[in-house]
Amino acid sequence: MKKSIFLTIIILTISLLSGCSRANEITSANSAEVISDNKSSGSITIGFSQVGAESDWRNINTESMKKSLSADNGYSLIYDDGQQKQQNQIIAIRTFIQKEVDYIVLAPVIEDGWNTVLAEAKDAGIPVILVDRKVNVEDNELFTCWVGSDFELEGRKVCEWLNEYCKANAIDAENINIVNIKGTEGASAELGRSRSLHKAVNKYGWNLLDEASGDFTQAKGREVMAGFLRKHKDINVVYCENDNEAFGAIDAIEAAGKKAGNDIMHGEIMILAFDGSTEQAINEIRNGRISCIGECNPLHGPRVEKIISNLEKGIIPDKYEYVDEDIFSADTSVKTITLDDISYNIVTP
Amino acid sequence: MNIKKLNLNSHTLLLLITIVLFIILYGLGCILYSNKGFTHLQTFLNILITNAGLICITCGMTCVMLTAGIDISVGGLVAMDCMLIAVGLNKGIPAPLMVILVIVIGILFGLMQGFFVGYLNIQPFIVSMAGMFFTRGMTAVISTDQVSITEQSSPLYYAWANYKIKLPFGGYINNKGVYNAPYIRINVIIALIVLIAIFFMLRHTRFGRNLYAVGGNEQSAAMMGLNIKNVKLKAYTLSSFLCSIGGICFSLNTMSGSVQQALGLEMDAISSAVIGGTLLTGGVGNVIGSFFGVLINGTISSIVKTNGKLASSWPNILTAALLFLFIVIQSIFAAIRNKKMH
Repeated sequence: MKKSIFLTIIILTISLLSGCSRANEITSANSAEVISDNKSSGSITIGFSQVGAESDWRNINTESMKKSLSADNGYSLIYDDGQQKQQNQIIAIRTFIQKEVDYIVLAPVIEDGWNTVLAEAKDAGIPVILVDRKVNVEDNELFTCWVGSDFELEGRKVCEWLNEYCKANAIDAENINIVNIKGTEGASAELGRSRSLHKAVNKYGWNLLDEASGDFTQAKGREVMAGFLRKHKDINVVYCENDNEAFGAIDAIEAAGKKAGNDIMHGEIMILAFDGSTEQAINEIRNGRISCIGECNPLHGPRVEKIISNLEKGIIPDKYEYVDEDIFSADTSVKTITLDDISYNIVTP
Repeated sequence: MNIKKLNLNSHTLLLLITIVLFIILYGLGCILYSNKGFTHLQTFLNILITNAGLICITCGMTCVMLTAGIDISVGGLVAMDCMLIAVGLNKGIPAPLMVILVIVIGILFGLMQGFFVGYLNIQPFIVSMAGMFFTRGMTAVISTDQVSITEQSSPLYYAWANYKIKLPFGGYINNKGVYNAPYIRINVIIALIVLIAIFFMLRHTRFGRNLYAVGGNEQSAAMMGLNIKNVKLKAYTLSSFLCSIGGICFSLNTMSGSVQQALGLEMDAISSAVIGGTLLTGGVGNVIGSFFGVLINGTISSIVKTNGKLASSWPNILTAALLFLFIVIQSIFAAIRNKKMH
């Protein structure tokens, strides 16, 4: 009995000590940062809750925010990675409110369920800027503004490029046989880009042979494309709703002994894609395996920085702020496209 | 006599360690981040609001673990509950009816799991794993979309979720000059009621004592004439029932249904119970400990988020370290107990 009491005392001591030592680790790891925080006490504090680090696009997006909202520019950024969980993002926003940040920037993982916590931010008088995805809230006053991409416009640009390409190379609309590798169903990017394609198919009289979701991944893109190639013999255009799906489609096309390229009247299969944020995608444009990419600009940082500095001066931003986006192609037969009386130059990387 | 005394000792000691650890962690947060609002009463209340669902679920998990079982279906069940509530409310079913429906489904689901574990004597891990796959699958069958609960879909449910119970003390004026009164939400009240009810059930009812008896030593419990099958059936039913209540609390916090919701929640519940001093081998544990286990997990995540510069993987690593620590302590206790018995 004595022995066991002795043992329990030892265990208790060990556990307490380990608790303390772990605590010390946190302290020492952060002491440097605490000092730098105090130094920049006059700066604007921003809490940024990011979705996670699931794709290249997302990482570039995060880096852009960190760079624009740096201490050198007079900001103190608190970055929080939500690890794809809404629950984590809700906790993060509540923490930001307690930390009395000046602004909250939120890249929501899903579009729903933000009413409660955004109302809490509003009650505390903290403006919320949304980036990338939108949120479904009844009260639009719950957020100050939204910064992101116009997915439908991206889709329209790529479709218009295809139309101009057909005109320039004297290809009849009825010879265009398209398959669509959709993104994750229900994602804003998928909805916008698919809508544009459907409108263009109706408008120009192309044939849309088939559609299936590739979940924005290379593996799924390859699988879907392989299925399409078995099912349809006359595919000559693939509309991939992001770069990764396009890489997968290229794999599948080459595995089937065909070639990805622009010469669609002579057996080549043309690949259209979106994002264009990685070097790999731009290289595929240069070597002609991807014919055209509608850029989805991940560099939201500068725009958010502008909005915040305007808000500081009392200038109210537009509710929806779209970032500028290019359209990439190595083909020289189309120089510009025009949509809604605005002309866009084709960028050759 | 000797055995009983030792059991009680180790039991209270594990609880004590948990509470002391919580106080150390929270005190540390207050000292380190007093200038970042960690000392606000609301920081603590936020831990309660965000983890209200987890508190209910961990109470159920503790009861199951007392019988030396485990229930990993809870995350899936929460996702299914949230989805059911979201879809049901959007179809115009009244909120009270939806709440009752979810609870009834939870009880039926628990009866089924309890029957398999208790009467067919199948491994609890396997049964509840099947339950997890079933509930996750059913969530996707109900809808693969993200369904949100808006004011239009159910004004009553919306009002519940947004109702702030303001406390008359502990407020502060933030840097924008707005007075922030501390508040809790309805789900915290639900969670605390569940916690107190289960605490008294374990202490003062025959069923509560039976749970300890079954987990402590199944054979001697059987020899004493205990209906072990029935106790296990009830334990799993209770777990799923509490999980459904937790699902409602969770839904009140997120106001949406999605297949991705509550991923890994079962692991959070188990780790909280273990940190709270519940033995995986059964027979030892207490919901108050589990409650502090949830608070410790919440505090870790709060500290990391308040710091703002640590990577989000840190809560996981710290939880892992704590779990390891507690498992080591527990195995030492188990060894002592075995030695004394023989």
